[in-house]
Amino acid sequence: MSTGFSPGAEGGVVVEFDPAEVSILRSLVGMILGMVEPGETGSDPLERALGIGAAKVPDDPVLARLFPSAYADEEQAAEFRRYTEAALRDGKRADARAVLDSVASGRAELSADQAQAWLRALNDVRLALGTRLEITEEVHEELADMAEDDPRYPAYMMYDWLTYLQDSLVRALW
Amino acid sequence: MNVPGIAPIETERPTTDVRPDVPWLTIVWNDPVNLMSYVTYVFQKVFGYPKEKAERLMLDVHQKGKAVVSSGAREEMERDAQILHSYGLWATVQQDS
Repeated sequence: MSTGFSPGAEGGVVVEFDPAEVSILRSLVGMILGMVEPGETGSDPLERALGIGAAKVPDDPVLARLFPSAYADEEQAAEFRRYTEAALRDGKRADARAVLDSVASGRAELSADQAQAWLRALNDVRLALGTRLEITEEVHEELADMAEDDPRYPAYMMYDWLTYLQDSLVRALW
Repeated sequence: MNVPGIAPIETERPTTDVRPDVPWLTIVWNDPVNLMSYVTYVFQKVFGYPKEKAERLMLDVHQKGKAVVSSGAREEMERDAQILHSYGLWATVQQDS
């Protein structure tokens, strides 16, 4: 099992994954790409060119968490969303692609830019899983007490592993 | 110059309750997913805060449920919120009261 990230050259990081871990990461990050549609969602060509997108809070709780409302006031939140969500969607898709392009079995060196993309993409995956699983801050303790035949066990294990990976990536970048 | 039939790009802001001397705030809210280490790192990276300040803000988020992470002009706060959203933090903008 991967021992996580360690500091590399010029602000980059080094990591080693086995084939099973690569397959898990590909599938989870691919899920984000599948969920987060490209930013250009409007039918008006001018609005598309200006990066103006949807004003509505997404119905899916995962997407609502990935693209939160920036204002308590609904109108102001909608206006902010119209001008920011398209760019945010494109950014999250680019981060996910950067992971898919660089994840591989064995030892891999990631540049400083790649490491930032990994950091955000791993967090997006954790936000997505965490929202679906409705996890709490006590997730680690819950997992420790959970029976291995609990139907939630595999998903919680995966979440816990991603948490470990992300924490090690932060520490490698500090 | 406005082209007829095309909405102006600039957003029309409500002006009644806006006082230019009162700054706007970016607030980050606690959530069960974002790691304490990650939140600290993001505050350092996005705002250039020293680690001590970033950690103090992170602890406020974690223990008090939220923290004001930046203040200033509304446009700057909206940009901060957008960058924080790109890192998956739950950030909102409001006028200081």
